[in-house]
Amino acid sequence: MTWVVLAIIVWAGAWYLNTRLANGPLAETRAVKLAVPAIFGLTLIVVWELLVRGLNVPPVILPPPSAIAAKFATSIPILWTDFVQTFVKGALTGYIIGCGSAFIVAILIDRSPFLQKGLLPVGNFIAALPIIGTAPILVMWFGFDWQSKAAVVVAMVFFPMLVNTMQGLADTDQMQRDQMATWNASYWQTLLKLRLPAAMPAIFNGLKVATTLALIGAIVAEFFGSPIKGMGFRISTEVGRQALDMVWAEITVAALAGSAFYGIVALMEKGVTFWHPSQRG
Amino acid sequence: MKSVLPILTVVAAIVVMWYAAAIGMNVKWAREQAARQGVELGFTELVADTWSQDRPRLPAPHQVLEELWNSTGAKILAGKTWSKRSLIYHGWITLSATLAGFAIGSLAGILLAVGIVHNKAMDMSVMPWAIASQTIPILAIAPMIIVVLNSIGIQGLIPKAIISAYLSFFPVVVGMVKGLRAPGREQLDLLKTYNASGAQTFWKLRLPASVPYLFTSLKIGMAASLVGAIVGELPTGAIRGLGARMLTGSYYGQTIQIWSALFAAAILAAGLVGIIGMIEKLMLRRMGVRT
Repeated sequence: MTWVVLAIIVWAGAWYLNTRLANGPLAETRAVKLAVPAIFGLTLIVVWELLVRGLNVPPVILPPPSAIAAKFATSIPILWTDFVQTFVKGALTGYIIGCGSAFIVAILIDRSPFLQKGLLPVGNFIAALPIIGTAPILVMWFGFDWQSKAAVVVAMVFFPMLVNTMQGLADTDQMQRDQMATWNASYWQTLLKLRLPAAMPAIFNGLKVATTLALIGAIVAEFFGSPIKGMGFRISTEVGRQALDMVWAEITVAALAGSAFYGIVALMEKGVTFWHPSQRG
Repeated sequence: MKSVLPILTVVAAIVVMWYAAAIGMNVKWAREQAARQGVELGFTELVADTWSQDRPRLPAPHQVLEELWNSTGAKILAGKTWSKRSLIYHGWITLSATLAGFAIGSLAGILLAVGIVHNKAMDMSVMPWAIASQTIPILAIAPMIIVVLNSIGIQGLIPKAIISAYLSFFPVVVGMVKGLRAPGREQLDLLKTYNASGAQTFWKLRLPASVPYLFTSLKIGMAASLVGAIVGELPTGAIRGLGARMLTGSYYGQTIQIWSALFAAAILAAGLVGIIGMIEKLMLRRMGVRT
């Protein structure tokens, strides 16, 4: 019972602290902007720990964060093999192939307005479908190993990337294109010097959306069959063995990998589209 | 309407490519079968065989459509709409979980967004996490939720609805906050000169301004809900729902069954997102937005 009371006190205290910080004179500083969400996150973890202990929640339903951290620390080799199998081999390979081929297709059909007019709505339509459902089929075609996971990722990222690239390539106005024409620029010069740079914000938008899709695709595809390693495999088997601390450790890896992947792409975007208003803020 | 011809061309090209791929992927099996029976297949016979196998590696489009009809329309005509072999039955199982989860998730998302816009502490605490949650594969918790809830005796629709709910929750929060913040300084100042109260500002300016943003994120949330419900059907070896159809299909090599379940899921997704799009159009027209 004392744990529960303590949890309520921690919650109230953190709430008070955050309210003071957010409405105080320092609210606009960088430090406070980072501190407030950090305090909130930490409080959630502490309250989780205290409530699990106080209410005697069995570990097969919800393990406390301390147990998850301990499990994480002792099983780093396993987590690393799973990470390599799912992220590096499955998600990253598929991401590069999928986004790369979508980019090339977008450039190839760039000169045909007819194809564009047809492909854009179809691509938009397909991008909204539950492509993840192709996983069982692709696992049948490409086997249990990472190749089938990469194939699922390709199928998932291709259309969002294609649509974004096509929209980006249309992102110049008449005046800019006229300017290139007065300089007698060829199609390729216009493409390389004007239209591709102008398309970069949209292209990176597609690349960022694709990071999350890639990880989801690689993990869920493993639910349909995989060799005895991989994040999705580990999650589904450890859930079956009721070893939830391991599941949570694996989810932590997935969350870290996902946000790091997104962060790296966002950093690259910052370097490439430094001229865009959204980056100059 | 001018883009009908290009769209039809692209769709026709996809169908042609599909038939060609079906020949390529199934031809090995067709040859082996023929060799076993000691018959020599001519080209046309070979092609006809690749398009009509029982368990092809890639079923031809007409096979998938036939299976779709057999498991939906034909079942209705036979009066077995709710039999276990009917895709309408499985589709309904998935659809009900999707809709329940979507309703919970988007409602909670809207409420949290309202709180975020009106409470600075909440904004600064929760918003970075809501945005960060878009970059992590939260779908990975799905199997755990199913199994944990199953172990405390909750199964069927609710666990899947919970997964659908949290998948649609975050996009709605982020989109709705953006929408509620859409009114500019000038518009807010104008309401201040009218001496409008906070509630009046909310109902007459912020909420109407957020509607286009809300619908955009509702569409994303709906698609995510459906994926959540389908994935939620995988781990416990569920026997009902579109996800279960795909899983049993992949266990028994029933490729046509997987493809028809996939098509059913795609039709469902397109239909649901289309309905939201239609409501959006009607509502925006009512509100006087010219599109």
